[in-house]
Amino acid sequence: MIAPEASEPKPILDVRDLSVSFEQYARGLQKKTLRPITSLSVTIRPGEVLAVVGSSGSGKSLLAHAILGILPSNARVTGTLRHANENLTPERQVALRGSDIALVPQSVGFLNPLMRVGAQVRSAAHNGNAAEAQRAIFARYRLAPEVAGMYPFQLSGGMTRRVLVSTAMISGASLIIADEPTPGMHSAVVEETLGHLRELAGEGRAVMLITHDIEAALTIADRIAVLYAGTTVEIASVADFTGDGQSLRHPYSKALWRALPQNGFAVTPGAQPVLDELPPGCLYEPRCPMSTPDCTGARPEVRALRGGVVRCFHAA
Amino acid sequence: MRPEERVQIAAVLVFIARKSFRLGTLLVAVCVLSFWLVSHSPIDPVNAYVGADVMRVGPEQRAAIAAYWGLNDPPLQRLVNWGAAVLRGDWGTSMIFRQPVIDVISERFTASLALMGTAWVLSGVFGFALGIIAGARQGTWIDRCIKWYCLTLASTPTFWLGLLLLIVFAVWLGWAPVGLGVPAGVLSDEVTFGDRIRHLVLPAATLSILGVANVALHTRQKLVDVLASDYVLFARAKGESEFAILWKHGLRNVALPAVTLQFASLSELFGGSILAEQVFAYPGLGQATVQAGLRGDVPLLLGAVIFGAVFVFVGNLLADIIYRFVDPRIRWGGRYEQC
Repeated sequence: MIAPEASEPKPILDVRDLSVSFEQYARGLQKKTLRPITSLSVTIRPGEVLAVVGSSGSGKSLLAHAILGILPSNARVTGTLRHANENLTPERQVALRGSDIALVPQSVGFLNPLMRVGAQVRSAAHNGNAAEAQRAIFARYRLAPEVAGMYPFQLSGGMTRRVLVSTAMISGASLIIADEPTPGMHSAVVEETLGHLRELAGEGRAVMLITHDIEAALTIADRIAVLYAGTTVEIASVADFTGDGQSLRHPYSKALWRALPQNGFAVTPGAQPVLDELPPGCLYEPRCPMSTPDCTGARPEVRALRGGVVRCFHAA
Repeated sequence: MRPEERVQIAAVLVFIARKSFRLGTLLVAVCVLSFWLVSHSPIDPVNAYVGADVMRVGPEQRAAIAAYWGLNDPPLQRLVNWGAAVLRGDWGTSMIFRQPVIDVISERFTASLALMGTAWVLSGVFGFALGIIAGARQGTWIDRCIKWYCLTLASTPTFWLGLLLLIVFAVWLGWAPVGLGVPAGVLSDEVTFGDRIRHLVLPAATLSILGVANVALHTRQKLVDVLASDYVLFARAKGESEFAILWKHGLRNVALPAVTLQFASLSELFGGSILAEQVFAYPGLGQATVQAGLRGDVPLLLGAVIFGAVFVFVGNLLADIIYRFVDPRIRWGGRYEQC
């Protein structure tokens, strides 16, 4: 008997051509359209850690909010979101958020300052005995039982991280979106937090790690999606981030890799385009060393290349 | 005793000592300043005392009256005399009422308390409710209506609103009496509780309607801020319903500032009650204060001023205490810093 093809597990989340825009009134009645996310495509499978890496303003947090359906009401969303092979409609988002898709937020500001921490963790539980589950999870994350009775302002940075991860843990969600979970933290705490996220993936959950810290991402991620001006320019396996970046496909990923201190500290001139004046062609074209007239005319589509995905006419 | 308990008790003692010192200095300053102002008042206390009989009172009688009230003594002597009366406990004798000031104030304040208490509770409850509705429905027509209503009220003078209510409800519709605290021409034994309530309605409504605006606008803004906060965003991400968010996160974080504000607004309530009582001829402390001022009744005026100062001080003190000892961040914040 021939074994069935060793296919990868089906994606739990499939984001295709996601665009998010906001209408804004500038002076008088002049309308401006801000496009923080343009044609973003990304998939994530159970048991894997996918890092979404980009500089600030690349639309990382909005991606998380779009998946959860908690964008501000004036946001316009196009594209398809599929969760476990079903369309992720606004109604499904309401049903799934918190129970099957959980967010690990950035900072202590995401906890109600006047509510005890334990109650806030328990409110994320959607089935079973919340009190028992909270005690077990606190024990697992080495949080003393009395921490449950504390208010957020009484927590240290490391305790806050563990409490925030606890909320995702207690929900039993199969997709966990960690939005910049290690901002400005001590390296031991960063390592510990990332370790917790890796453990969650080890239990068969899918973990989307949204971060600007490419080095942190490399330590636990399986694949890395590189965001530029709200679009995915490349999705590569962690193994491609090596040497001088020759295995990477997109010029921006290469530039990002080479900008790291240990890889030469090379600076690419220019900045991300302004959100209301996106270039008509490739979004990276204004800064790209490989730019040709083709690049200004049309936006490149994503295409598979060497086991990854790239959005560039010239990548080979 | 655990060290943190000792720290906490020390903090409370420091708080009490500091507040007592503030109250003492405030009262001394208020006494001296009011006395100085009254002694430079253009009103001749003897004329004011005699009133309409001014033509029938001869110079000898005037001198006798002035001597009886001690009006010829130098100001400092009068201040000392008055201070002695305060320490004695009767706060001097009111020239208008011919009673110890302390009795006049306690009787008048009881009437005012009914008025201010009703207005305080009503404006607090309705203001908070309106603020919550407006904040939760931010940007909708209901929010705009409430905001418009509050901004209009916030710019309305108390006495004008009082007159308006009088014209509409007392004169045109005849639903409420035109003034006073009890019906005219009825023996005090025969005045019923219902009579008192009927006379209380319009002045209390005047004060409450105005008090609503402040609380409502503040509550609305605070709720808008809370609903835009990161922790409400996270609550949504955790799948909490909009109602649960409003209840658990909204009310919890809005209630404390609203209650604090309501206590701190006792000064406005006291000031408003003076105007409202004047318009409705309601026999409260505010009206007595106005009479004392107009007729040069120095002991009563000073008594009322001191009483008002203490009243407002207590309101602010309660606001301070609630803020300091109910909010866990302030209750325990200092302790953790010191440990």
